[in-house]
Amino acid sequence: MKQRAIVLLTVLLIAGFDLARAAGRTGLQVPKTVEAGNAFTISTNATVKAALYIVSPAQVLRRDVQPGASVVLAEGDLHNAGHYLALLVTPSSTEKAEFDVVASSQTTAVSFLAKPSRLPVNLPEGISGVAYVFDTFHNLVLKPGPVTFQLSDAGGAAQTRNVATRNGVAWVKMNSAPKAGPAQFQVDTGGVANRRVVQQVPGDPCNLRMSAKRSGERVVLETEPVRDCSGNAVSDGTVITFTQTYNGRSEATVDVPLKRDVARTELPAREGSVISVATGVVMGNEIRMGDVR
Amino acid sequence: MSGRLLALTIVVVTAVLITVGTLWPIQSASAMAGTGPTSLNGSSGSASPQAAAQSLLQLISRRNWGAAYASLANKSEFSEAEFVRDLTGSYTSLRSYATLEGFDLSPLRAASEEAQFQASLNWSSVVGTFQDVRTLRVIKAGERWQVAWPINREAKIPPQVIPVNYLRWDVIYRGAEDDWGAQDVESPHVRIVAMHPVDRGGGTVILGELMNEDVVPAFVNVKATLLGKDGSSIATEDSFEKICHVLLPKQVTPFRIDFRNVRLSQVDNVRIEPSSILAAASADPVIGVESQKLNPLPQPSLSGQLVNQSGQVVNITHVLGTFYDNRGQIIWVSDQYANRALLPQTPVAFAVSYPADLADKINNYRVVTSTFTVGRFQ
Repeated sequence: MKQRAIVLLTVLLIAGFDLARAAGRTGLQVPKTVEAGNAFTISTNATVKAALYIVSPAQVLRRDVQPGASVVLAEGDLHNAGHYLALLVTPSSTEKAEFDVVASSQTTAVSFLAKPSRLPVNLPEGISGVAYVFDTFHNLVLKPGPVTFQLSDAGGAAQTRNVATRNGVAWVKMNSAPKAGPAQFQVDTGGVANRRVVQQVPGDPCNLRMSAKRSGERVVLETEPVRDCSGNAVSDGTVITFTQTYNGRSEATVDVPLKRDVARTELPAREGSVISVATGVVMGNEIRMGDVR
Repeated sequence: MSGRLLALTIVVVTAVLITVGTLWPIQSASAMAGTGPTSLNGSSGSASPQAAAQSLLQLISRRNWGAAYASLANKSEFSEAEFVRDLTGSYTSLRSYATLEGFDLSPLRAASEEAQFQASLNWSSVVGTFQDVRTLRVIKAGERWQVAWPINREAKIPPQVIPVNYLRWDVIYRGAEDDWGAQDVESPHVRIVAMHPVDRGGGTVILGELMNEDVVPAFVNVKATLLGKDGSSIATEDSFEKICHVLLPKQVTPFRIDFRNVRLSQVDNVRIEPSSILAAASADPVIGVESQKLNPLPQPSLSGQLVNQSGQVVNITHVLGTFYDNRGQIIWVSDQYANRALLPQTPVAFAVSYPADLADKINNYRVVTSTFTVGRFQ
């Protein structure tokens, strides 16, 4: 009997406390997750006038709350994805609730980093592309989604890779094409595309060769069209160095830029001298002056 | 007490030096100051051969071309304009803005009617000094002496049209309104292809070569930091003018960085930082370097001729010489500016000096040039 009385008293005590707390409570109810930019309602059941604060690292909102009314947040009011804190402040109490604003699943923008902007042809995995997927409010879309990268060279050939985003980012490495020229590097996701231009430039010259022809006291030197190992014409302006040596010592030098694929110059026609051609660290052929007619 | 003594000593020594300088001035100083015994009434000549030569050089130093020309014995051989062009250049060059800061006269021979002097004219320009050596013949005309000027007529280019396949690069950078992901144009890729630190004259000199391995022109510089044994930085310098700053694709330039107050023994490591930025540039003009040869002591130099193979006048030419030993290692880099403009197909002599103690070690050399043309960027 005594035990029953103790249990009953305890139950009444707990219920009493709960009722007493309920009398001053405002009933702040927020959805656990909200999509960025969407409208939603926060019900409060406040019995007195209160102020509702919504706080995130990027945004702070304040709304006045009438007793018993709910607070409606219009479309676009909360647009920064992140973790939010709602605080309902009355003269006698403060109640809080937490919720998350998540990015819209609709992709509306993609930022695309393509590196480098210029590289030699035939370089395996030489081009990197990184895509950042954003929603309307520039929140990174963290939900995995498909991204297509396409690299089209000047000749029309294309490499395509399909990659899924991870935490809003997708990336690939691609090979530079064997053909020189501007390549279109495009990323496509959810109907949104972005494009960069990657200049694929000729590599080091291959088989650098020159010919010589006497012209009175001078010898006219001209290279064959200078090409890289893939057959691309080496960029005009590339310096070709002609060096004339006599008894092993340099006697004349001239740095000539390529124009229309060939370099041409004149040097004194000294018998017994040797003329060599080079560009950068690539050596070409040698001509002995006695052999030139 | 010692302070007063010092002050008194300085005053006395200064007074003595002023007196000595006034009574027995050196020839070029008195001539430059215009206080020497030489007469300035150019056309009438001077009382002695030396005075006539000094007077002429003094007038040249004051750029008093009219009086200098009037004082000459061989005026009939050339006009005043030709005389002025000989001294200042026909086209804009270092000479155009140089001033004669001094001269030395050495008698070569003397007779009753004629004397000869070697005149070393020391010109001062924005990139340093250069010397012009002339042999002056002084002739007696009546009672007076007059200089016969050894005119050096610059070649004239005949009027003509020279077709040029003009190749140049221009650069478009990213704009402020571009998306943050839009890449900018890549800086040119450059590479150090040789580097050699040497101990020289109580300091450290970093010698090396830099190559533009890209397909676009680059404006380059090289910075070096000497690191001590504890890894700390001792000194930092850059190549300044001892480099060819604008490099076309695959072009190689030597560079030299001087640390005058750091011994090589103090240095444990050298950090080299080449830098490059895209530069609007032109592939012209092409300068051939011909007739190169090493000149022996006492004034060791690498001399040759610069030949402008393009169709435009080159106003300033910077010549950089790289010297290698028999293992192909760089042992010195030096430079010089041509003081005359380079006219198309007209050879202009140059001489790049090198330290006398390296004369036996130099096995080969390489000369590169960089040019500047008035009215055109690069």
